[in-house]
Amino acid sequence: MARKMECIAMLLAGGQGSRLGVLTEKIAKPAVPYGGKYRIIDFPLSNCVNSGIYTVGVLTQYQPLELNDYIGNGQPWDLDRNDGGVHVLSPYQQIEGSQWYKGTANAIYQNINFIDRYDPEYVLILSGDHIYKMDYSQMLAYHKEKGADCTIAALEVPWEEASRFGLMITDEDDAILKFEEKPKNPSSNKASMGIYIFTWSKLRRYLIEDEAKEGSSNDFGKDLIPAMFDNGEKLYAYPFKGYWKDVGTINSLWEANLDLLNPNVDLNLSDPDWKIYSRNPVSPPHYIAADARVQNSLIAEGSRVEGDVDFSVLFPGVTVKKGAVIRDSIIMPGTVIGENAVVQYAIVAEDAVIGDGAQVGGRPESMKNLDDWGVCVIGARVTIEPGGKVEPKRMVSSSTVKEVR
Amino acid sequence: MISGNNVLGIIFSNAYEDSVSELTAARAMGSVPFCGRYRLIDFPLSSMVNAGMDHVGVITKSNYQSLMDHLGNGKPWDLSRKRKGLHILPPFNSSHSGVYRDRIQALSGILGFIRQATEEYVLMCDCNVVSNMKLTELFREHEQSGADITIACKHGVPPVLRDHINLALHEDGSVRQVYLSSVGGEECHYSLNVFLLRKSLLERLINNAVSLNQNSFERDIIQKYAGRLNMHGYVVREYACTIDSLRSYYNHSMALLGSGQVDELFARERPIYTKVRDDMPAMYGLGASAANSLIADGCVIEGTVENSILFRGVRVAKGAVVRNSIIMQGSFVGEDARLECVITDKSVVIKPHKALCGADDFPIYVGKRLVV
Repeated sequence: MARKMECIAMLLAGGQGSRLGVLTEKIAKPAVPYGGKYRIIDFPLSNCVNSGIYTVGVLTQYQPLELNDYIGNGQPWDLDRNDGGVHVLSPYQQIEGSQWYKGTANAIYQNINFIDRYDPEYVLILSGDHIYKMDYSQMLAYHKEKGADCTIAALEVPWEEASRFGLMITDEDDAILKFEEKPKNPSSNKASMGIYIFTWSKLRRYLIEDEAKEGSSNDFGKDLIPAMFDNGEKLYAYPFKGYWKDVGTINSLWEANLDLLNPNVDLNLSDPDWKIYSRNPVSPPHYIAADARVQNSLIAEGSRVEGDVDFSVLFPGVTVKKGAVIRDSIIMPGTVIGENAVVQYAIVAEDAVIGDGAQVGGRPESMKNLDDWGVCVIGARVTIEPGGKVEPKRMVSSSTVKEVR
Repeated sequence: MISGNNVLGIIFSNAYEDSVSELTAARAMGSVPFCGRYRLIDFPLSSMVNAGMDHVGVITKSNYQSLMDHLGNGKPWDLSRKRKGLHILPPFNSSHSGVYRDRIQALSGILGFIRQATEEYVLMCDCNVVSNMKLTELFREHEQSGADITIACKHGVPPVLRDHINLALHEDGSVRQVYLSSVGGEECHYSLNVFLLRKSLLERLINNAVSLNQNSFERDIIQKYAGRLNMHGYVVREYACTIDSLRSYYNHSMALLGSGQVDELFARERPIYTKVRDDMPAMYGLGASAANSLIADGCVIEGTVENSILFRGVRVAKGAVVRNSIIMQGSFVGEDARLECVITDKSVVIKPHKALCGADDFPIYVGKRLVV
């Protein structure tokens, strides 16, 4: 029996993130690089540690190799602990046979034994696809103060965007009166952030009931929380203020990266009291050559810039050769941008090579039809031949690279 | 072939620290910051680890708080081990003896540590030499030459350090003569003060010297035994520089900019490890400009930076100009301030509109946490 914990976190990191296309071809979404040196999962993990939650189960399923390797023993997040720490939980075989995680609730159901070992009062459920800084200990205090069975973190979104979210209608005490899933005419702008705190004894019961239910999709949002609601359990919305972004699509991932360059965006990653930890590469400071030009950009260690970089994010170990121009783009670790190549409105994944003089992506102003415009994506380890051209909005993976040339 | 895990590493973290007394006023030589994110001890320590050595003792003498903070449990160098690993060896002084004064005393103070080690060989290094040394090559030459002691050396103008070892070599690399010089002098093979020898031999030499009340490792061991023991000079081909003054610290740092030496010093297959600080990548603001500079994570640049090295978390405000300077961790350069040929220590604040200007052969040094 492990030492009793008041609250442990379960991080759902099994999703494929299919809307990220070639970026999640070989890696799970939480392992996608973000912000010049981080991966998405660094945010929930760092939030946990900074909130005093030192026991985290990470549920992996889709392409787990890189993610498991990244998490390792949890040392970069101070989660290598004698009691608790980070545990990677993959689907496993049982007497009754083996099962993949069927839904978010089923993933937790299959790990009831893991949670029971710590005999927690509360369980925090997180997902690995959001960029935000949040003190979960305040949310837990709120959950206790309200005597809630389930507390859902809620963000007030602009009304015109509200119809894209799962919404909650609450009374003046923030008790939840009604849920609305992506309604046409929203009557609330409190969107669920996909962050839940449950009283474990309650959650445990509902997980077992939900599992037994025929036809249930075993999903928190679709099945389990509605069931709790219908039974009159106490559900509360926890009002969160601050930056929060779902990075589930190419556009939102691109935007979230460039948000870091916007001084008006409330996301400070260099706050010494709330650091975002990550597995750091071993490389020297980056070098800006004599004739390079760099503005409005984030540049990580180990990079070498000889060209022009503007409104862009460069991850560790990126090489930008002479005469190359990078604008409004995200360049992930180890990628080489050849001489006089032009990369605009693009996400270039890890260890890709953009040949000399190649053109990747384009500006919206240069398009005849704006519908054809979009952020262009180059997959990991793809080589674009010298002089090659990749149209805006294209996604290039190793299997489609031929037709681009 | 001598394998790395059969070699015990010993690092003198305080050697020659009086030669850069400004930088070592509050720290050991080993924790002097270098090249944007490193401390000098990272270079010998990483070289050892990259050669497969996994047992290293760090000899300390004074002012070693920042060094201990930097080294921690040795995890960044993968030396946090149950067996072997990293050992910090504080000065051992009984009530009637003071803190040790030289290498021989220091070594005799840790003979217990050396005796207990299971390795057959000992490799000793100082921290004022910056090099990403291929120690496996040194091991190979030591074995091939059948030498008793191998000394790493470099060809060039020797540093100006007290009793510094310079070598005259035969063609096959064996040592013909050992000179001690305190004034630099003509180009020659000067020692990088990396010594490899059998542990049993080291113990004998130290015990012998102690019993004769001798205290100069250079004079009473290396020079005295040059004729009697078989000594070999291993000529280092990769980048190596010896820091012997604040000016040489500055010049060697500046020489790294825009030269291939950086790639040699940070060879991909032999990474230089250091303590992690978890900063965000460097941020360049609107109107920022940077040229020929090395810039570490956590910097925020809104002004102009040229031919400079910026350590982690340095902020350069709008309109500020930093040229030919070394700005250490956490320093702040205010609006429209101008720095030229300046070394600021950690957490220095340069107030707006202030100007400091040194010369390239006389850099201005601003001490830790000073406000200008």
